[in-house]
Amino acid sequence: MTGDRVLRMALPAAMLALVVLVWDLTVRLFAIPPYVLPGPGLVATTLIADRALLWQSLLVTLSITVQGFALASIGGVFWAVVFNQFRLIEYSFYPYAVILQVTPVIAIAPLLLIYMPQSLAVLVCAWIVAFFPVLANTTLGLNSVDHNLLALFELYKASRWQILMRLKLPAALPQMLAGLRIAGGLSLIGAVVAEIAAGSAGAGSGLAYRIAESGYRLNIPRMFAALLLLSLAGVAIFLVLSAVSYAVLRRWHESAIRRER
Amino acid sequence: MPPEESSPAHPVVTLRGVGKTFERGTVALDGFDLTVRAGEFVSLLGPSGCGKSTALRIVAGLSQASVGTVETTAGHSGGIGFVFQDPTLMPWADVATNVRLPLDLLPGDAVTSRDAVARALASVGLTEFAASYPRELSGGMRMRASIARALVTGPQLLLMDEPFAALDEINRFKLNNDLLALWHDLRRTVIFVTHSVFESVYLSQRIVVMTSRPGRVFAEIDIPASQPRNEEFRTSADYAGYCRQVADALAGAMAVTS
Repeated sequence: MTGDRVLRMALPAAMLALVVLVWDLTVRLFAIPPYVLPGPGLVATTLIADRALLWQSLLVTLSITVQGFALASIGGVFWAVVFNQFRLIEYSFYPYAVILQVTPVIAIAPLLLIYMPQSLAVLVCAWIVAFFPVLANTTLGLNSVDHNLLALFELYKASRWQILMRLKLPAALPQMLAGLRIAGGLSLIGAVVAEIAAGSAGAGSGLAYRIAESGYRLNIPRMFAALLLLSLAGVAIFLVLSAVSYAVLRRWHESAIRRER
Repeated sequence: MPPEESSPAHPVVTLRGVGKTFERGTVALDGFDLTVRAGEFVSLLGPSGCGKSTALRIVAGLSQASVGTVETTAGHSGGIGFVFQDPTLMPWADVATNVRLPLDLLPGDAVTSRDAVARALASVGLTEFAASYPRELSGGMRMRASIARALVTGPQLLLMDEPFAALDEINRFKLNNDLLALWHDLRRTVIFVTHSVFESVYLSQRIVVMTSRPGRVFAEIDIPASQPRNEEFRTSADYAGYCRQVADALAGAMAVTS
């Protein structure tokens, strides 16, 4: 078991080292100019040299992402519960939630930018893409309650509120957390898409804007540095949400329990 | 309550002419009559799909009869305990919380409920596992937790829907013995649904053999063997004789069906 764990850490690390090495050698061997493909060393140097600028941009993007994610989580769970409790409201609104989801956010972003201040439009984009997975997964979870448990609650004359709080919400937790994990990554994508669409300069510019701006200025090393930071932010979000999910489900759900053979 | 010391007890459940037709037109029960008196252990025996689970759900009030009358003196809150074929525990809660659930749902105070949970857990031998989660228990122990939950309100009537069908024989025999001991100590009325001739004879004072599609009473057979019953009874000639009698009745019920 521990050997397996070592391999799971060591192999990706070895692959990363290999890719960086090949990348570095390619750049040196073929003398590729940095405005076409900067070497890993130059990207790292840029990351350090531009750290003040990039750090500030990272904070802007992360702040939007976290706000969008929080609003999507609260809204997604809230509306899933409302849909579950009131069928007529579900029938009235669910199709529009689907339309909101299937319309590509990159196409909505320019429109939102016309009607809203830039920061709000970016936030709304992050929210739009993150909202639906929370709603859909939580709805699925609320609807997949064990029928016999439901019968048991009825036998003891449980109120609707008791059934919701003591049965449906806990039963929906695994699906809800899966939805949140997807939403975390998507809210970052939503924020990035909206920033690129917005494209205007200013102190409040995020990482995606830095990438676009650096592209116009042919500052390719900074593009790579910003991209690297974005990926790391995405990975960090995924890891945090996975850890939360594991901590909540660890004692009881099959998905969080290691199989013993 | 052992039959030899019981004066004619009052009926706890009375079904008269009960019929149940499902939405898709399946007739699960038709003209079903059943009277169960206080302290009795009655089994409903029949092939799968004979409506015995439906009858149990109607008694519990989980399903409504299409026609006929249903009367029970255990209809007050917490008066009925129900044990499903699966343990039906909440996987996110530990055993004590699962057993306490009926008390949490019904109005009551926390102190008495702590005592009741401790008593219910002790009665099925799960005291040490109060803090375990269902997935950490074996199938037999999960079923014990489920029985403890059904007993925690001190119900007058205990309804059991093939509770041991999914267990291996060793566990089933053990739980059969424990259930009989519980019944003897607590003096509850039990209606037990099963498709096992041997299980029904071992446990019951009376067996109601049912036909299927539609479910009707084919025969009622008394098993007057004395209590407490034990492994000795399970291997006795009396037991074999009752089993043959009940198996014959079941064969007759199947013949009517086909």
